[in-house]
Amino acid sequence: MAVSKSAGTITDAKKRYAAGVLKYAQMGYWDADYEPKDTDLIALFRITPQDGVDAIEAAAAVAGESSTATWTVVWTDRLTACEKYRAKAYKVEPVPGSPDQYFAYIAYDLDLFEQGSIANLTASIIGNVFGFKPLKALRLEDMRFPVAYVKTFDGPPTGIVVERERLDKFGRPLLGATTKPKLGLSGKNYGRVVYEALRGGLDFTKDDENINSQPFMHWRDRFLYVMEAVNRAQAVTGEVKGHYLNVTAATMEDMYERAELAKELGSVIIMIDLVIGYTAIQSISKWARRNDMILHLHRAGHGTYTRQKTHGISFRVISKWMRLAGVDHIHAGTVVGKLEGDPNTVQGFYNVLRETHNEVDLQRGIFFEQDWGSLRKVMPVASGGIHAGQMHQLLHYLGEDVVLQFGGGTIGHPQGIAAGATANRVALEAMVLARNEGRDIWQEGPDILDRAARSCAPLAAALDTWRDITFNYTSTDTPDFVPTLTPA
Amino acid sequence: MKLTQGTFSFLPDLRDEQIRAQIEYCLKNDWAVSVEYTDDPHPRNTYWEMFGQPLFDLKDAAGVFAEVQNCRKTFPNHYIKVNAFDASYGWETVRLSFIVNRPASEPGFALEREEGKGRNVRYRLRSYAGVKPSGERY
Repeated sequence: MAVSKSAGTITDAKKRYAAGVLKYAQMGYWDADYEPKDTDLIALFRITPQDGVDAIEAAAAVAGESSTATWTVVWTDRLTACEKYRAKAYKVEPVPGSPDQYFAYIAYDLDLFEQGSIANLTASIIGNVFGFKPLKALRLEDMRFPVAYVKTFDGPPTGIVVERERLDKFGRPLLGATTKPKLGLSGKNYGRVVYEALRGGLDFTKDDENINSQPFMHWRDRFLYVMEAVNRAQAVTGEVKGHYLNVTAATMEDMYERAELAKELGSVIIMIDLVIGYTAIQSISKWARRNDMILHLHRAGHGTYTRQKTHGISFRVISKWMRLAGVDHIHAGTVVGKLEGDPNTVQGFYNVLRETHNEVDLQRGIFFEQDWGSLRKVMPVASGGIHAGQMHQLLHYLGEDVVLQFGGGTIGHPQGIAAGATANRVALEAMVLARNEGRDIWQEGPDILDRAARSCAPLAAALDTWRDITFNYTSTDTPDFVPTLTPA
Repeated sequence: MKLTQGTFSFLPDLRDEQIRAQIEYCLKNDWAVSVEYTDDPHPRNTYWEMFGQPLFDLKDAAGVFAEVQNCRKTFPNHYIKVNAFDASYGWETVRLSFIVNRPASEPGFALEREEGKGRNVRYRLRSYAGVKPSGERY
């Protein structure tokens, strides 16, 4: 279906506000001539209209239902400065290569939103529209926030720069591992895994998303044994070490209690799960800021709404929301590991989290310029099915401001957990050293690893075990724009 | 024990040409290189002694490396690290930091525990060498 530009707003007030049902475009939620203001929020939706539904009317409906409209005309609009409060769909474009889908650009006035509240933002933008009948599917692809709005958020409590200064770790990705098995270890056995991994060379170990306070290991027991392990590892290496103590719990009161014990025990970092909700995330972020605590976010549950391209929310939007809400770490993909991740799309997430200013970069799925208004940078975390043999690829795709988490790739090492950690650390340092020397790590990576393994038996064993393990599946969440060749 | 602070401590000690190559990399990025030394390597000892000012205006790796050699000659039995500072907006911090000299013997740290209420243990890291006065530690 062609995109028509003709759907017109009814300007005669008497007709416009007569009781009854009008098209959303007629009600003023479509304005092809609208120029978004610098202070507007902009949302880009991918819309798939039902057969026979005009794309512009569908876009106007999304604008209407995510701002002031309801299904019928209401005279009480006339008691307000309603033209200001109406969101305006102002551009609808066909999605390249997907004939039934359209990109709809919608501008929202700044006054529609409470300052510093992700809950309020999301209640508007995704609150009502995703089940709307005239649409087969709807996906929130990207958002642009005016800097005036950005500045109403505290952002990450620590950020990449301060985290590195606090940990005294520079110039290389940080290394982590999630304690495995995820469930069932007693506190004492759990701490053993932490100690071995940290003394072997990792910077961090991590609770998994579903480790809270279960019958086999209550949270206090875990915290106490883990901190014994962390302190022992610091003593034998002379390095700062950390373990993400997951404070996720049923209520905020429980979470604060757990966070307080983590602080009392001297932990440098705590952790939360995305499933606790946006308000809980902002609450614990403020706590972390008050208490100089690094805040790690595990994106538990996101795959239910980020993975499919036609419906849900892109993870780049979640990344933006979480930078505003204020987390220091967020899992954002590995490219090469076991979980979903197209290289360009994942780099787009990383750029959203780490740059002070994003330029439009369609190839990486970034549709808007974004000024982050001096909000601190979030450290992305790469976790899930990665191993030492991929170190050159990881450094190439993800850069050095990232936490690389090798769970199975540490704990599953044939010579033990500490050896697994050493293999990863040696592989990492050798690769960074070579990159800085100007070597082409993409091409020479395997050779660099083999040479490093000559003086490191654990690395040799890791390469023997995992070198050929790859997860080559087609990604579902891929960019819609490919680079076009321009004549030289 | 081997103190594993710094970017390359898990690799065999860097040879001089490897150190020069890293300095080259820092200068190419327009970072200011500085040399620091200490005989108190506690992980929370943030302020090692500065071996002179950061070399803001030195653009020549050989000149920077000469400072490293100078520091090594002056403090052969201390920990010495090379830092690279990035003054660009959004960073304004150290971007690379690696150890280039360490004492012949590294006795490491003792972990002391004080048991408190509710099984809460207060930990304290004490450097074995640190009990002696500065200058007589290694």
